[in-house]
Amino acid sequence: MPHFSSNLKFGALLAALMLAPWLGLGSYPLHLIIMALLLGFIYTSWALMGRLGLVSLGHGAFLGIGAYSVVLLWNQYGVPPLAGALLALAVTVVLALVIGYPCFRFKIVGHYFALVTLALAEVVRLVIVATRDLTGGSLGLTPKPGLSDGATASLWSFQFSNRVVWFYIVLGCWLFSLWVWRKVDQSMLRDALQAISEDEDAAASIGINVTQTKLKITVLSAAMTCLGGVLYAQYQAYVNPDTVSGIGISLQMVFGVIAGGMFVMLGPTFGAVFLLGLQEVLRVLIGNQIHGLDLLIYGALLVFFIIRMPKGILGSWLERKT
Amino acid sequence: MEFFDIFLLEAVLNGLLLGGLLALLSLGLNLIFGVIDVVWISYAELMMVGMYAIYWSHTSLGLPLALCLLFGILGVAALGAAMHWFIIRPVLSAEPINQLLVTGGVLFFLQALATVIFGIDFKNIGVRLPSLMVGDISLSMARLIAFGVAMVAIAATYLFLNRTFAGTAIRAISQDRSIMPLMGVNPERIYLLTSAMGGALAGLAACLLVLQYDIHPAIGLSFGPITFLVCVMGGLGNLLGGFVAAFIFAQLISVGGYVYAIEWGYVLAFVFFIAMMFIRPEGILFRRR
Repeated sequence: MPHFSSNLKFGALLAALMLAPWLGLGSYPLHLIIMALLLGFIYTSWALMGRLGLVSLGHGAFLGIGAYSVVLLWNQYGVPPLAGALLALAVTVVLALVIGYPCFRFKIVGHYFALVTLALAEVVRLVIVATRDLTGGSLGLTPKPGLSDGATASLWSFQFSNRVVWFYIVLGCWLFSLWVWRKVDQSMLRDALQAISEDEDAAASIGINVTQTKLKITVLSAAMTCLGGVLYAQYQAYVNPDTVSGIGISLQMVFGVIAGGMFVMLGPTFGAVFLLGLQEVLRVLIGNQIHGLDLLIYGALLVFFIIRMPKGILGSWLERKT
Repeated sequence: MEFFDIFLLEAVLNGLLLGGLLALLSLGLNLIFGVIDVVWISYAELMMVGMYAIYWSHTSLGLPLALCLLFGILGVAALGAAMHWFIIRPVLSAEPINQLLVTGGVLFFLQALATVIFGIDFKNIGVRLPSLMVGDISLSMARLIAFGVAMVAIAATYLFLNRTFAGTAIRAISQDRSIMPLMGVNPERIYLLTSAMGGALAGLAACLLVLQYDIHPAIGLSFGPITFLVCVMGGLGNLLGGFVAAFIFAQLISVGGYVYAIEWGYVLAFVFFIAMMFIRPEGILFRRR
């Protein structure tokens, strides 16, 4: 349970983080921090359900819907991304319900749940590729520039040329995901989900509505992931079917969380930091000549983590301390 | 609109040929699941390794193709056994979902390994077989051979499982994991044997695919998802169900791809899969007892 000293530590960490843009870090390190927080937000959203035995390999679908909806609506109809995001959220919620309801109703769990959601991630990726006249297919898509001459920020087009603005937007979302995590932990929902993940029939017998409980956390997690997709598209100003949807990104989310540790609040974020850090260290040490070396080491580490440290780096470290 | 369309017939026939290949791939994966109760997400990556092994031994070592194909099969069989020994064995008693995810780590690893060694360019072994013309329908020779070999291999696997002692032991252990050690069967040996067999089947699939497709590090991703969806739709571990599901899937992809565009064929297949999971979650051939 969180006690006073851990709250104090977290507060100090947060204060340091808030000041990050003013420490003269330079543009690239700031970009890395923004990416770490953004991935941290997405991973935390996934882990909200993943840690309770609902391992989805389909969150790439929600990320892709978020990213592509805002860019397409903006480019085709000039819909401002903030309004586009609402529509993307609505689509995501409907899709999560349409897939989630039968899954939970018919007790599709474990392997089967993972594989059904994986099929969903692929469907979204393939639809994006197949509608290439609209989406640009595998080449990806860039949102039309929405900044008028001389302006550095536009809320209407949700484009900001200054990284510091992005930093605070992403930081806010990341803090929001941690707040949601804690709220879930303090609620009855958490206890109900814990009971379900241990024994569904027993949970149902004491009056827990299994289907409804699982749907709640799934919709929450999917909607937040969709929001992550919106931010990703607007920040990078580029979307590509392989980086925001499909199996690749879905697995990457799961593994990032596992590397960090999915049972502690900061574990998913730690996984994102670890992943980006690994990429950067390898880039500095050996440069970009050898394609795939970072993924090679990453894959080997994942196998190692799952076999030796199923609770992740941060999870194992915290456990050892106590 | 004509009632009889020659190109539609061609799509159906090509779907049939693709079905044979999918049936072979899903057989290996299903066998491993049925016996060891683990889904190898990286199964198609083993096949990719086999394709590179054949490519490398043929172009760099200059060995005759037949020898290279044999090398591919044996190599992947050894890789399958190694995969069980070093990756699966340590997590046999862990959460099922961890077993699934650890093979996902292997997926990244093998894909990246191929990229580091061979780069991301498309490679091929430089063998192109002619097409066979039957009336107005053109059928690729490589696909016909692949279909024939896949059918023979499936029949051979079936006979092995039903007519030999080792095969009987494999079937027995998939029916009751806890009783068989009492009957004097060493499960560890059976697991290794099954993994090597699953590997050999992936190696055989690699032999058939190098004749039709260019090799690149991500080729596993174009066959992997389809392969385990076929297995799940047939009922994980149900060999006959997987066989039937492979042909249904292949027809959806081939005919759907012909009527719309190739990606829509896949979309159709995936959506059909999701729908089937809700209608018959235990697999298409499952009967309630």
